[in-house]
Amino acid sequence: MSDSLSHAALPGVVIAFLLFQVKDLLILIIGASFSALLGAHFIILIKSTTRITSDTAMGLILAVFFGGGVMLLPIVNRTSSGNQAGLDTFIYGQAASMIGSDVFLTSVLAGFVILIVMIFFKEWKLYLFDPDFAKGLNLSLNVMNMIYILVLVLTIVIGIQAVGVILMSALLIIPPVSARHWTHSFRMMLWLSGGIGGVSGAVGTTISALGTSWPTGPFIVLTSGFIFLISLFFGTKKGLIVECLIHRKNKKEVQKQLFSPSVVKGGNP
Amino acid sequence: MNVLEVEKLSAAYRKNIVLEDISFSISQGALTCIVGPNGAGKSTLIKVLLALHPKLSGKVSFFGSDLKSVKERIGYVPQRGSVDWDFPTDALDVVMMGLYGQIGWIKWPNKSHKEKALEALDKVGMASYASRQISELSGGQQQRVFLARALIQNADLYFMDEPLAGVDAATERAIMTILRELKNKGKTVLVVHHDLQTVEDYFDQVLFLNKTVVAHGDVTSTFTSKNIQKTYGGSVRWLKEGVGIVHSPIQ
Repeated sequence: MSDSLSHAALPGVVIAFLLFQVKDLLILIIGASFSALLGAHFIILIKSTTRITSDTAMGLILAVFFGGGVMLLPIVNRTSSGNQAGLDTFIYGQAASMIGSDVFLTSVLAGFVILIVMIFFKEWKLYLFDPDFAKGLNLSLNVMNMIYILVLVLTIVIGIQAVGVILMSALLIIPPVSARHWTHSFRMMLWLSGGIGGVSGAVGTTISALGTSWPTGPFIVLTSGFIFLISLFFGTKKGLIVECLIHRKNKKEVQKQLFSPSVVKGGNP
Repeated sequence: MNVLEVEKLSAAYRKNIVLEDISFSISQGALTCIVGPNGAGKSTLIKVLLALHPKLSGKVSFFGSDLKSVKERIGYVPQRGSVDWDFPTDALDVVMMGLYGQIGWIKWPNKSHKEKALEALDKVGMASYASRQISELSGGQQQRVFLARALIQNADLYFMDEPLAGVDAATERAIMTILRELKNKGKTVLVVHHDLQTVEDYFDQVLFLNKTVVAHGDVTSTFTSKNIQKTYGGSVRWLKEGVGIVHSPIQ
């Protein structure tokens, strides 16, 4: 869903820019939100009225919306003047172009998202792990679905400034997947993903500052990808190296038992 | 007053009518199993009773009222399939989910809730697995954790969907011991069961289901080859010591 909705935000950003011809964060955020929410609405509609599966519906919306947005980009090139750069920061991400009011708005939205996650912490656990049981306890799945989509869209529009629309899904997916390799606890996973996202943002932005006008998006995502590789190999709970070591240890144990002196001697005591 | 009254219930699954004109009642303290061939509508029946699946017609009442007003008195152990196994959660966490109804929305669980959860885990013999990731447990262990989650709800009426399917012998014995204890405490248990061989050993009442209720009553009087044949239509080989094989030609 995060992949699909973050790509679905593109046409909203482009259209908002075409209509208002300014790089105003609030306007572009509203455009992105509107587009992503529309995408979410269609996904739900398709799932409930046709026999198309979840994955297919999401892929459909991703392709159609994103393709539509890409189609509109050349129009922006032709019609706008110097404001093109403003739009580019939304497509490719440019954290450095944020002004004071942008930071304030972003912080408020981010704070709101974090609050929602914290307040309904155990409800999220239940809803994500066992929706049938949740229904049995009277947790309204519809309400949780709506809040989930709302929070997801807000997160997408916050992140778009740093990494851009195209790479936003990477930033939604890579940090949690990396965190999963280090812990089996939901709470720890949330902290870790947040931390990894934050570190990727800081390091990626710093690296991008080494060049002139390098977009921050690609560097942030590459940093998070690097962290993912480390987690994949060295993660304490699911890392490949850890699993290999455990396997070796088990092998040794079994060899020891099979070939221990008492077995080898065999025969009459 | 009967714990559960069902009147002329019917329901569909996708395009097919899977339940038709279902009527039966369950009295308090009954340990009943629901048996029938695959596709008979057993899981659907439980889901429809608990309003997890829409019904086409009929009336259902629990303890004389509708589902909403007595929801805290009902416990449900669903089939293991519908869960997200990769989700980072341990056995203790899962059991505590059973207390969410008591804790209330938004509030955090406290130490006494944690202790209750540990006790429930201990009851099913899983106390030492409290901090084990749920996907690392075997099928039988997972089933026990889900049973602990249901027990902690302290319900009066329990619905269980194939709790013994795919579990090891020790777990099967442990679960049935707990169900017997529930019955002795005056609770009522309704179990979708998959294994005809064990019906007589484990349950006092049996409900034969194949789209509609074929027969329902005490195991001693109702669990007969005739009823089995009627329900399964000759599609089962029924073998029990001394009884021999009942084999009917394919109709």
